[in-house]
Amino acid sequence: MSAAIRRHRRRASPQRQLAYAAAGLITAFMLFPLYLIGVAALQPRTAVFDYPRALYPSPFSIESVAFFLSATGILPALGRSLLIGVMTVVLALALGCPAGYAIARYRFAGRDLVQLLIVSVRAFPILILAIPLAVTFINWNLYDSVLSVALVHTVMALPLTILLAASVFLRIPSELEEAAMSMGTSRFGAVWRIVLPLSRPGLGAAALFAFVLSWNEVFAAAVLTVRNPTLPAQIVGALGQSPLPFRFAGGLALTLPALVFIFFMRPYLFSAFGQARR
Amino acid sequence: MSGQVEAPALRAAAGRPRPAVRFNRRQLEPYALLAPATIFMTLFFAWPALQTLLIAFQSAQGSFTLDNFGAMARDTDFRLAVRNTLLLLVLIIPIETTIALVMAVLAQSRLFGRDVMLYIWSIPLAVSDLAAGLVWFSIFTSHGYLNSVLQDLHLIAHPVGFLDYNNLGGLVTAIVLAEVWRSMSLVMVIIMSGIQAIPPELDEAAESLGAGAWQRFWKVTLPLLKPTLQVALILRTTTAFQVFGVVLALAGSALPVLAVKSESWVTEYRNYQLAATYAILILVLSSLSTVGYLLLLRTPREVFQR
Repeated sequence: MSAAIRRHRRRASPQRQLAYAAAGLITAFMLFPLYLIGVAALQPRTAVFDYPRALYPSPFSIESVAFFLSATGILPALGRSLLIGVMTVVLALALGCPAGYAIARYRFAGRDLVQLLIVSVRAFPILILAIPLAVTFINWNLYDSVLSVALVHTVMALPLTILLAASVFLRIPSELEEAAMSMGTSRFGAVWRIVLPLSRPGLGAAALFAFVLSWNEVFAAAVLTVRNPTLPAQIVGALGQSPLPFRFAGGLALTLPALVFIFFMRPYLFSAFGQARR
Repeated sequence: MSGQVEAPALRAAAGRPRPAVRFNRRQLEPYALLAPATIFMTLFFAWPALQTLLIAFQSAQGSFTLDNFGAMARDTDFRLAVRNTLLLLVLIIPIETTIALVMAVLAQSRLFGRDVMLYIWSIPLAVSDLAAGLVWFSIFTSHGYLNSVLQDLHLIAHPVGFLDYNNLGGLVTAIVLAEVWRSMSLVMVIIMSGIQAIPPELDEAAESLGAGAWQRFWKVTLPLLKPTLQVALILRTTTAFQVFGVVLALAGSALPVLAVKSESWVTEYRNYQLAATYAILILVLSSLSTVGYLLLLRTPREVFQR
């Protein structure tokens, strides 16, 4: 690095200073609410009613969180949310991987149409599915069950899973499968033994996206359940009569996993959401 | 010819003539692979979507009727729900798109600490609208952080009821902030992927012709981002018409919106007809907005033929 460049680096131009100021401002806007919900939730239950409120936990306490977790229905709802999330992941991968493989490896009539349909499903208000499905599930004796919510969440997750799976398979050179097939395995054997092991991290990310979608979904879960809600549906149902510590701890419980999710999803954010031009 | 797929001997034994068009197995494979997902989406997406339409145009006895639309229009909070949904939308979408554009441009420039910054900026991608609503509830509730800070600074003597039943401005501000906070990350990621798809030579060419950074953004980057912005706006407007959890967390029933009306007609009154009618209204409105974006941000084909 030449001295001139180094000097240029050290004394930032006004434009760069402005960029740093804007970036700092936006970062603060992103972080501060997360910090505040943490403070609000990690206070003793009585401190919740203090006013004016301290901007730091004084003293630190998990009383509100314990109160939230012990509230009626919260732990079973949490268990159902996890179970529905896992079911959604399994269903979405089982249906999405073959479809993604077809898009990645074959040229066939209707390929563009399939891709167009996938994108348009994402631009469709999913809300309208929940109401007739409630009626259908009542007839099928599935209403208010874990499976009914998982099925709807799979519908929501499937387009993204297919796109992610396709982009993961595209990154694996098809020569590997052809080599394996020339040595006598079937295509299925080649996929099972060569492609799938290589695409594990990418498919893991796809699984995480499906799980997060299910974990966060409120509307369908609220419409399709009565006595067996998911965690968000349980919180929505309890909002009207719930005290402040419940809401703050609930807010933290729903937000905290996002920090972990995004950490692992980060390398795949663009292939998941950046579908503008492929 | 793929001998291992169609054994000629077998066909000869069946005594059938050779079909004029023959598919070999390799040609059918993609369709077989797509079949499970297609069947699933037909059963649980296409069929229920159609059902919603049928339910909305049916009376409780099952005969065709338009009464549900009349009942919806006479519903107590109908006008308010339409107004509030649109009001939130026209505030949220422009604000978040503008900030997301700034964020995407900043993320492209090599700032110190860019990786940590991008991680923080992506966190809301995994935050639900209900969670975002609860987070901002801790700020805007009457004994919340905003009132505490204002009172500590002696700007107010008593807590302000930002989320009070009749405080439309406060309720809307809180919901808009929470939604912008939550969803501008998504818009940023979409725009960033669009910026990365723009060939850098175009920007360099403009720079060599003497265009400043500002001019290059307005005259080169932004016009080329039109298709990307179209995708982001369509996705976000569709979700904004379904705004639900964030409203429940911050306003409860104080600010009726379309999705909450639809849900309460199911969960509280078991009136599927009216709930479906509200859903169809949301579908129509978001389809109209999609068509609007497609027309408004139309890109002449030749721009991309290089």
